[in-house]
Amino acid sequence: MMTAAVNHYFRSSIGRKHLVAITGLLLCGFLVGHLSGNLLLLVGPDAFNIYAHKLISLGPLLYVIETVLALVFLVHLYLAARLNIENRQARGKYTLKTRTGRGTTLMSASMPYTGVVLLVFIILHLMNLKFGTNYQTQVDGVQMRDIYRTTVEYFQSPVSVAWYVFAMACAGFHTAHGFSSAFQSLGLNFPKYYPKIKIISYLYAVTIAGGFAFLSIWCYLKGV
Amino acid sequence: MATTNNMTLNLKIWRQKNQTSEGKLVDYRVENVSPDMSFLEMIDVLNDQLVRKGEDTVAFDHDCREGICGMCSMMINGKAHGGFKNTTTCQVHMRLYKDGDTVVIEPFRAKAFPIVKDLTVDRGAIDKVMAAGGFITANTGNAPDANAMLIPKPVADEAMDAAACIGCGACVASCPNGSGMLFMGAKVSQLALLPQGQPESPKRALNMVYTHDTLGFGNCTTHAECEATCPKGISIEHIARMNREYLKAAFTYHEKNRSEGAG
Repeated sequence: MMTAAVNHYFRSSIGRKHLVAITGLLLCGFLVGHLSGNLLLLVGPDAFNIYAHKLISLGPLLYVIETVLALVFLVHLYLAARLNIENRQARGKYTLKTRTGRGTTLMSASMPYTGVVLLVFIILHLMNLKFGTNYQTQVDGVQMRDIYRTTVEYFQSPVSVAWYVFAMACAGFHTAHGFSSAFQSLGLNFPKYYPKIKIISYLYAVTIAGGFAFLSIWCYLKGV
Repeated sequence: MATTNNMTLNLKIWRQKNQTSEGKLVDYRVENVSPDMSFLEMIDVLNDQLVRKGEDTVAFDHDCREGICGMCSMMINGKAHGGFKNTTTCQVHMRLYKDGDTVVIEPFRAKAFPIVKDLTVDRGAIDKVMAAGGFITANTGNAPDANAMLIPKPVADEAMDAAACIGCGACVASCPNGSGMLFMGAKVSQLALLPQGQPESPKRALNMVYTHDTLGFGNCTTHAECEATCPKGISIEHIARMNREYLKAAFTYHEKNRSEGAG
């Protein structure tokens, strides 16, 4: 049975921040997997298609994974939006115009905005690629989806590439603050290792945003 | 007294009659400001001028003027306590400003801190959070022997760093989210580090966070603007410690333990 304390936890300022942090870190983990898989684009059409086919072949298990991922994303989105609304109310009518310069960064101040860009991006991303044109191909006699072609074709438009690179810059900004901030929220801030977490946070952001952005430009240059 | 270095300042001060009325910035000119004056003394000079002219003086909070009571507040040029490192408003001296400077003075703003009059705000919300923390169990009577309870120096130092909080509310005023987390973190941390506060630590964390959340404070998004503004240089590490304390308490505290003994 849930005690009042546990009950309050899920409604409290700190408890909800813990959930935003945990779901955020899970999404960070997902991006690592996603980028690793996408790097197969560089190997060639067959390698990328076989990888995608293996994922699709998971069948019901894939649906379970996708549902969990969607739930993690929605919890992150919902709680972050709620907390942001509360924070705006707590600040009141007068917003702070000046900063000390020793606290808030462009990354931390833009979290809600980069978050909204990423939400729009993810919807379009799923529509254009996952639910994009379903080409078929055969690799070693096995019939499978030619997701490689869908991807490379999508990035033939400079507008698509520009939007993608912009969205990845937002992802970089969002995770540069979010990754290390998640550790702070979870109470994992010790002088011994927190400076290292901050460095890892920046490295993570640059690697993820740079990696995805690079692949989109690579697709554009590679051509159909 | 040499008057050669004295300055003339243009002030824009937030004037507001009471909590419900609309406030606005009003221009004032203060002459003969000595660089050796504190910021509050400069306002004393202004108020003296206003009294002589029969005008309403500027209301502002102050008490010890030694940087330890936590009464003085003010957003000076948009920054809590003027934005100088480890400095309260009363310890800001006029030598930091130049002749002819325009200085904007506003109250500490946050939903949790309603304006009482001019630069005076009601910071009672942080007292409520403090009170919700409750008491610790300690022997009364004679002062205990200094070495009766051994606490390693680094731990005592860390507890002291947190205990340095004077409850001025600059963290709330400078937080883009109007959150009281640094204040509360310092208070939770200070006792969580010491053996004296241990038996009450889960209840303290739960009650303080619960009270904080009901008073209109925002939530932490780790901007660390509080740490940058805190006149006592309190680190957001204490927020992290509170987050751990709260997590531990939320999942391990039992209802049956809730009844308190007759102290």
